[in-house]
Amino acid sequence: QVGILDADLCGPSIPHMLRPQERAVLQCARGWLPVPAGHTLPIALMSIGFLLERPDDAVVWRGPRKNALIKQFITDVAWGDLDFLLVDTPPGTSDEHISTVEALRPHQPLGAILVTTPQAVSVGDVRRELTFCRKAGLRVLGIVENMSGFVCPHCSECTNIFSKGGGEELAKHAGVPFLGRIPLDPQLSQSLEEGRDFIQEFPKSSAFPALTHIAQQILDTSQGSS
Amino acid sequence: AAVAAQLSLSLAECPGIGNAQAGRAAACQGCPNQGLCAAGAAEPDPAEAAELRERLRAVRHTVLVLSGKGGVGKSTFSAHLAHGLAADETKQVALLDIDICGPSIPKMMGLEGEQVHQSGSGWSPVYVEENLGVMSVGFLLSSPDDAVIWRGPKKNGLIKQFLRDVDWGEVDYLIVDTPPGTSDEHLSIVQFLSTAHIDGAVIVTTPQEVSLQDVRKEINFCRKVKLPIIGVVENMSGFVCPKCKNESQIFPPTTGGAEKMCQNLNVSLLGKVPLDPQIGKSCDRGQSFLAEAPESPATLSYRNIIQRIQEYCEQHHLQEEKIM
Repeated sequence: QVGILDADLCGPSIPHMLRPQERAVLQCARGWLPVPAGHTLPIALMSIGFLLERPDDAVVWRGPRKNALIKQFITDVAWGDLDFLLVDTPPGTSDEHISTVEALRPHQPLGAILVTTPQAVSVGDVRRELTFCRKAGLRVLGIVENMSGFVCPHCSECTNIFSKGGGEELAKHAGVPFLGRIPLDPQLSQSLEEGRDFIQEFPKSSAFPALTHIAQQILDTSQGSS
Repeated sequence: AAVAAQLSLSLAECPGIGNAQAGRAAACQGCPNQGLCAAGAAEPDPAEAAELRERLRAVRHTVLVLSGKGGVGKSTFSAHLAHGLAADETKQVALLDIDICGPSIPKMMGLEGEQVHQSGSGWSPVYVEENLGVMSVGFLLSSPDDAVIWRGPKKNGLIKQFLRDVDWGEVDYLIVDTPPGTSDEHLSIVQFLSTAHIDGAVIVTTPQEVSLQDVRKEINFCRKVKLPIIGVVENMSGFVCPKCKNESQIFPPTTGGAEKMCQNLNVSLLGKVPLDPQIGKSCDRGQSFLAEAPESPATLSYRNIIQRIQEYCEQHHLQEEKIM
């Protein structure tokens, strides 16, 4: 059983990517009920996207109001029994990140996964994210190098559109695990666009082995910690 | 059993911490900051507003670069917009990076490790060329590992300082690079620049619906705060394999891309920029991609887009002069 808490209040993409059948968030005595993802996946979702009257409504909130809702997502949602709660955050080291860490502290989070693209400019920001984790006392489960290489479906030539290797180098430099490299995969992008289950539908796709390997490492780490 | 009481959200927006309505508007009910605001703890200082207006008096055109989503290439675009405009040596260009948590502009402009100097007339921007000055929190950090872990109010304070204390001098174009979203930084920059004048906003997106969803929100934000929209740039728009020359849509425009969205929302599509591995390489080395790959289709795209932005600003200016 997995829960996904979408802490990106200005740009909530989780509802679109996991395409639940029913988008309403219902309240009961125990609290707010998370929204089940589509395709009978054992995934429960919470996102501001489900609370908007119109999906294009802009959430133009300053920090204090964002902080209040993030805390509610953690304390007021009846998540039930979960094996994993994943929190998707917006870029940065600001209100959403500080509030998420504070609200999750009593629940002893397993740690953080940091996602970067391979180029130096992106890695430059993730170095600061690593500092945030250190200062917040958050264990770094590892770094993922995303959008790492593109294999042309016509001729199989691999082009490093966003360069290569920056994520792995950073992991080495910072002494944290390198979880793996995920290539640019149009089937993955298409799948997310249509809210489909990539793992079920495209086991032969180029991103599949990387994603499953990363998931396995997290599972192994969590078992080690129990 | 669950009571089918559907939760919905009041989206009425924060009137602004320094605003006269602060703490008193309907939107303030339930906000943790309400007490502070209602007590007038953060009243706008008329002297400060006058200072800002004075500082920005010599800025002819201001363009905000926005995106709904992170990772769409907004900072890359801002950097190259600045380079493109500064190619005309008679124009003075300023690039202000208000992405406080993720300041990538210094690296992209080849200015990593530079520091800000103070003089009698204020903070001095860091110059890439004589006619291209840059300001970023990146210049205030001593190590590439330093993190700026600040909540909204502190970020707002620094943005105000950037506008008030930096001695930009006479500027033809002030480009403001923002973090993704519609939050403190965006509200603040619009508020602080309201005493001066913003020509408009350029919104950067990639072709997929997931990205466009956030751009629509960004467009709604602009309309809410009465910020004119110069247009939308569709980045990462297709990739041509250097070996076999076939095109792939890595970020598929499943709902018609920015083109369809712009038609539906009546905003300009300024252009589409294809993926080019050289762009990332140039940025990583702090060089202008436009200078390093002048024949690339991406460069041609960028140049067309920059020209359209220039034309918009000049036209705007002429219209205003006519009115006056």
